[in-house]
Amino acid sequence: MDVISDVLVAPFQYGFMVRALIVSLLVGVMCPMLGAYVVTKGLGFMGDALSHAVLPGMVAAFLIGVNPFLGAIPMGIAVALLSGYLIKRAGVSADTSVGILFAGLFALGVVMLSFTRGLRVSLEDILLGQVLGVTTRDVVVTAVMAGAVLAVLYLLHKEFVFASFDPAGASVIGLPTQGLDYLLLALLAVVIVLAIQAVGIVLVLAMLITPAATSFLLVRNFPKAMFTGSFLGVISAVAGLYLSYHYNLPSGPSMALLATVIFAVVVAVKKAR
Amino acid sequence: MTAKGDANSSADIVKTSGNGDSSAAEPSLLVEDLVVDRGEVQVLNGVTFSAQSGHIMGVIGPNGAGKSTLFNTLTGLLPAREGRVLICGKSIQDSQGSVAFVPQRQNINWDLPMTVWDMVMLGRTRRIGWFRRPGRADREAVEDALNQVWMWDRRNSLISELSGGQQQRIFIARALAQGVDVLILDEAFRGVDFTSQEVMTLVLQEMRDAGKTILLASHNISYIRKLTDECLCLNRSVVACGPTAEVLVPDVMEELYRSVDIYRAYESEQN
Repeated sequence: MDVISDVLVAPFQYGFMVRALIVSLLVGVMCPMLGAYVVTKGLGFMGDALSHAVLPGMVAAFLIGVNPFLGAIPMGIAVALLSGYLIKRAGVSADTSVGILFAGLFALGVVMLSFTRGLRVSLEDILLGQVLGVTTRDVVVTAVMAGAVLAVLYLLHKEFVFASFDPAGASVIGLPTQGLDYLLLALLAVVIVLAIQAVGIVLVLAMLITPAATSFLLVRNFPKAMFTGSFLGVISAVAGLYLSYHYNLPSGPSMALLATVIFAVVVAVKKAR
Repeated sequence: MTAKGDANSSADIVKTSGNGDSSAAEPSLLVEDLVVDRGEVQVLNGVTFSAQSGHIMGVIGPNGAGKSTLFNTLTGLLPAREGRVLICGKSIQDSQGSVAFVPQRQNINWDLPMTVWDMVMLGRTRRIGWFRRPGRADREAVEDALNQVWMWDRRNSLISELSGGQQQRIFIARALAQGVDVLILDEAFRGVDFTSQEVMTLVLQEMRDAGKTILLASHNISYIRKLTDECLCLNRSVVACGPTAEVLVPDVMEELYRSVDIYRAYESEQN
């Protein structure tokens, strides 16, 4: 009993750990739900690039002294829509134009960071996540936005699936497939910004695609894969949080590493059979 | 023989077409002076034809003749530069939901795991409506459609695990569940196993008898001859259009393929 309470319960006598747990849970649930689309539609590069591109928005919010969400979420949505447009209209390869845009924006963000001297902003926290530092307001914003994202995914499930599986067929029966694509990208931007708190810009991909990819190895039904992915995402996020508390490890990398280990184990077990 | 001269004679065939049972009804598909570009290239050049409900119309022509472009335009995927399309008297935009397209396989995202049941249920998307979930009528329509293509037993299988022919049957089942007036099939019979071919033939004939209009592109002339009532011979513009037996003759084949060899080859295959 003592071991259980020491290991599992003790961390949560601290308020910052409770807040971290709530955000980790929400990110763990939400990322793989959307990740199922990211994996099957081949949007992994897009997700990675998008997470880097929101940096100027975040830093701008720091500079004018407002909540970073206020900069990052609109910036993320704007960039997602712009890149969706680039992908559809690209005269050059879509990868190239999106890559150029996002690398440039990330560089801009890092340069802007050098103007924040005197503010408590650390590049390392932004890159690798610092879930232990989230405020109550962050928790509320994350919960509200996560609720909104999950509600949209639930309400438009059949439309999103149709447009992802057979875009032409969906178009023929009159679904606004372009609008659905843009909406999915906007949701992706929101989820990425929320996940940056937990795992940082560099490791967002680990929460977004790794649990989802693992789930497709385990179940072969799209809605079930969404839930299985969420389950694995929550395990990774929460267990990563415990690891970071008990062994004084960075929380974001711990979560990302666990998600990767789960993936590797599933691949190994499948191969062994 | 000039293309123009032949276009005129094909127009005559259009006027005299009809199997006698069409009772001068309004055509379910009316295409007039359709001009469609793909990029800089004008692919369809003044295409005019009509199809009656309760008919299967074959669409033949050499590669690059514009068959897929025509289908993409009829389904609203490609805009037309000029011309008019009426589906059951309505524009393409207003008739969305009453047209279904059995696409070529490469347009599908096979990475997304999809069961046979879920796939056919997609056909109900519009009827179910935004934000809502399938009801009993939707489940019954899916069950009926799966039974009609003899795929009820495989309802829990993944589409990606099925043979090409079984996949085509599922696409047709989706159109059945959707309750379409016009069904368009692009090379749906290519590389399809014998059972699927038989089942698809039966289902298409049932749909025709139920008053649907079916457009079927194929390179297999003997199949077109066997299954279709009318035939549209397309090579950027209409070379001929009319009852299949009247259209599939050496003169038209010569004009269409610049060679009668193709036609003769299929003829000898049949005998």
